[in-house]
Amino acid sequence: MAVSRRQFMKVSAAGLAASSVGALGFGGAGDALAAGVRPYKLERATETRNTCPYCSVSCGVLIYSMGDGSKNAKSSVIHIEGDPDNPVNRGTLCPRGAAALDFVKSPQRLKYPMHRKPGSDKFERVTWDFAMDRIATLMKEDRDKNFIAKNRDGVTVNRWTSTGFFGTSAQTNEAGYLVYKVIRATGLLPLENQARI
Amino acid sequence: MTNSWNDIKNADVILIMGGNAAEAHPCGFKWVTEAKANNGAKLIVVDPRFTRSAAVADFYAPIRPGTDIAFLSGVMRYLLGNNKIHAEYTKAFTNAAYIVKDGYGFQDGLFSGWDEAKKTYVDRSSWDYELDEQGMAKVDETLQNPRCVINLLKAHVERYTPEMVERICGTPKAKFLQVCEMMATTANGERTMTSMYALGWTQHTTGSQNIRAMAMIQLLLGNMGMPGGGVNALRGHANVQGITDLALLTTSTPGYLVLPNDREATFADYMKPRGFKPLRPGQTSFWQNYGKFFVSQQKAFFGAAATKDNDWAYDWLPKFDTSYDTLKIVDMMANGQMNGLVAQGLNILMAAPDKPKVLAGMSKLKWLVTIDPLDTETARFWENHGEFHNVDSKSIQTEVFQLPATAFAEDEGSFTNSSRVIQWHWKAADGPGESRSDIQIVADLFNRLKAKYAKDGGAFPDPILNLAWNYTNPANPAPAELLKEINGYALEDLPDPADPSKTLLRAGQLLPTFGLMRDDGKTSGGCWIYTGVYTEAGNISMKRDTSDPTGKGVYPNWGFAWPANRRVLYNRASADANGKPWSERKKYVWWNGSRWTGADVPDYAPTVAPDKNVGPFIMNQEGTARLFSRAGMADGPFPEHYEPMDAFIANPLHPKVSTNPIVRLFKDDAKSLGTPDKFPVVATTYRLTEHFHYWTKSVHTNAVLQPEMFVEMGERLAKARGIANGDWIEVTSQRGSIKAKVLVTKRLRPMMVDGKPCDVIGLPIHYGFVGQARKSYGTNNLTPPVGDISASTPEFKAFLVDVKKTTAPAAPAVS
Repeated sequence: MAVSRRQFMKVSAAGLAASSVGALGFGGAGDALAAGVRPYKLERATETRNTCPYCSVSCGVLIYSMGDGSKNAKSSVIHIEGDPDNPVNRGTLCPRGAAALDFVKSPQRLKYPMHRKPGSDKFERVTWDFAMDRIATLMKEDRDKNFIAKNRDGVTVNRWTSTGFFGTSAQTNEAGYLVYKVIRATGLLPLENQARI
Repeated sequence: MTNSWNDIKNADVILIMGGNAAEAHPCGFKWVTEAKANNGAKLIVVDPRFTRSAAVADFYAPIRPGTDIAFLSGVMRYLLGNNKIHAEYTKAFTNAAYIVKDGYGFQDGLFSGWDEAKKTYVDRSSWDYELDEQGMAKVDETLQNPRCVINLLKAHVERYTPEMVERICGTPKAKFLQVCEMMATTANGERTMTSMYALGWTQHTTGSQNIRAMAMIQLLLGNMGMPGGGVNALRGHANVQGITDLALLTTSTPGYLVLPNDREATFADYMKPRGFKPLRPGQTSFWQNYGKFFVSQQKAFFGAAATKDNDWAYDWLPKFDTSYDTLKIVDMMANGQMNGLVAQGLNILMAAPDKPKVLAGMSKLKWLVTIDPLDTETARFWENHGEFHNVDSKSIQTEVFQLPATAFAEDEGSFTNSSRVIQWHWKAADGPGESRSDIQIVADLFNRLKAKYAKDGGAFPDPILNLAWNYTNPANPAPAELLKEINGYALEDLPDPADPSKTLLRAGQLLPTFGLMRDDGKTSGGCWIYTGVYTEAGNISMKRDTSDPTGKGVYPNWGFAWPANRRVLYNRASADANGKPWSERKKYVWWNGSRWTGADVPDYAPTVAPDKNVGPFIMNQEGTARLFSRAGMADGPFPEHYEPMDAFIANPLHPKVSTNPIVRLFKDDAKSLGTPDKFPVVATTYRLTEHFHYWTKSVHTNAVLQPEMFVEMGERLAKARGIANGDWIEVTSQRGSIKAKVLVTKRLRPMMVDGKPCDVIGLPIHYGFVGQARKSYGTNNLTPPVGDISASTPEFKAFLVDVKKTTAPAAPAVS
């Protein structure tokens, strides 16, 4: 039987009332105590298994979020702690991982695509559609102009070297694989990530 | 890692050198604590600074930054000279007995094949074995031939006496010898030593050779393939292992395959040097399967469009003429050869060396795109931040896009940790505002490019138009679909070669092992080493069984370890030549009379008997591990001590070849190197336990815990320069300068190096002009734009500076 902390206090209170403590006239004490206990904060939260985003110990974390995901009840992360099941970190987290909630909620988190015009001293908000179309156009322009189909010896080389792409080792394997596939299909050779540096 | 985080508990001796796990990998370090508490392990820390790892060590020895090869070569001399090697292991499982070609030699700091005019090793053919008529390597089992690898190694390391180690490294002789003695206690198969390293070894112009030197020691001690042994890279980001495996690296393709180069005009040219014929009779030489992995990968990329007739779309991959690594990209930007740059979650303005050069390069870009969950200095390189980042926005004509990405809590997918274990994680919430996942952003970019090429044509659209894209939602492929594609599947029914009436796998079924991959186009698979992670049994990376049946820290059903769910690599070497465990204590994988069995998946053909003499290092053509690396390393078949490029002293071993003769250094950067007459102080960079790279300065708790940049300085230097704790100082190198507060400490003490005192200062890397911590100069104002020739990793760990007292920065220090 699963017993929540609040239920446990109620059961305990009933026990108290029936005991010698109750006989001594303290029968209401347990009820008062149970009423004063705050509900366990994470009881109603959704628990999600995840991995700490920082170093490559890749500690298991449990993310607790509130909001059931219905149309107007957006889920929001409220707490992150170490996953006691994970064989490597066994529930522990370091000063970085223990503060991972502050990363999720950081004021420096980006919300909207931004654009800085040449020579400007500010970012301006733009739509995804504007940003992605412009980026695809810029990439295609540079690729079409500077693509090298054959080298000086006439060997087919099909490479593009005038645009670079730094991928991130903070992304998932699945995202990284897709980056590789897409970027290499363009012939782009300057493709790197943090493993190099 | 060759082994795993949990496996550290099996060690009897732990060497932390080139890393600082207690502060940089605290939750992995618990397995060091476990080994000390429950296995009687002794912890050795060798580091320029008395770190928190050192604080709990059984023995600490100081070392001057950038001299690890001198130290480790001295250890090899000690082990070989005092008969403290595991002789049976070394003879059976390494190339110790192999005979090296007559032409090989080493003199005055240079290996044979050096061309003085071209300043490189033009001919490395002498760095190899003598071959017999059958093309097999010649071996002298008696080890009497002076050209045997082990005898050449003895001669090579003979110069690294304890006195020479002290002179170069600044490590007192008695401390050095104490470390040697502690390591030597594991040369027996009864006890093992593990080696834990990180950027302290890689970020040098001798980085790759640092790690080779350690691997050689572990082979001499018989610690490879053993529980509690191995050479273990602790590594950086949560998925740096996965992204390395998946090859976001200029000349690589997923699974440690290599892109074609200009000399490989056709697929046949490409495969010709990749036959990987065994160099000893009967050896596995597993890379003989290279073609199967390559063709299956091309099928994953291009689907039905990759055919035998078009050589599996060989021409659709770019061929490289040179390495476009990070240092090269920055150099091309600085020379105006780069028009566009996409920085996905990589803060290049702060992360690359020589910030003035990076900034000059970025300012020449026509356009820049950043994809990141956080605001970064890279996205705002055009913005003026007073003396911390003094630019003229008007003069920077770069068009910049800053795209908001989701973070770990907001997507699902897998990360691969440094134990090579692939672990799935689930989504907890949506990202803020209009942020999108990396998958959605990249898919959007691709779909737009494809539409534009389909409509308007352009340069060689074939690979873009034919890229396999059979995702349920083409605008946002599901992570599970992508992991299946990485794993691979049968494209047609696969008949059993032993019995053609049987079918091993039906068309469309997921591959259970890379052993089923084929080079005839009947299988697909994006990254062969990941095969087995997503099979007909489901997504194995989701497995969360916490049991450890043998108690050796294996956890076989937690996630999936590549390759083949193997937790300790080369584990057949945990048994002797007859297949018997070296000791009862270290029993791990052994021959039971009919097959290999034990705690782990054998790294070996499961039913090949020991009397077949198949070596345990199945990836090598020899079947043995290499004490002599043949031509595999660009800068020599044995490691050699060279000074860092900002050299504190002339190399006592060969003053005319003081630094590594081949390094990653661009023409215009030779002027960027410093000399000790102008910059007499040695500097090294490192990470704080409260911060992660340039990331957590935007995280409240961490910005509170360590709010501002500081420089660690020893008491002697501070006193000599009239600097007190908390003073503002200016640190200058040949590249640039920074101002920061000083922390005067006992953790850094001067060493005597080649007869002169050597002071070392320590520089955390984490600060910049964006975030919640105090604004600061970038530490990379100081670091040199030069890297290792094999890995192109920059030399962040050893360079020269000068220091002087100054006043607080003029601009407000609070952002």
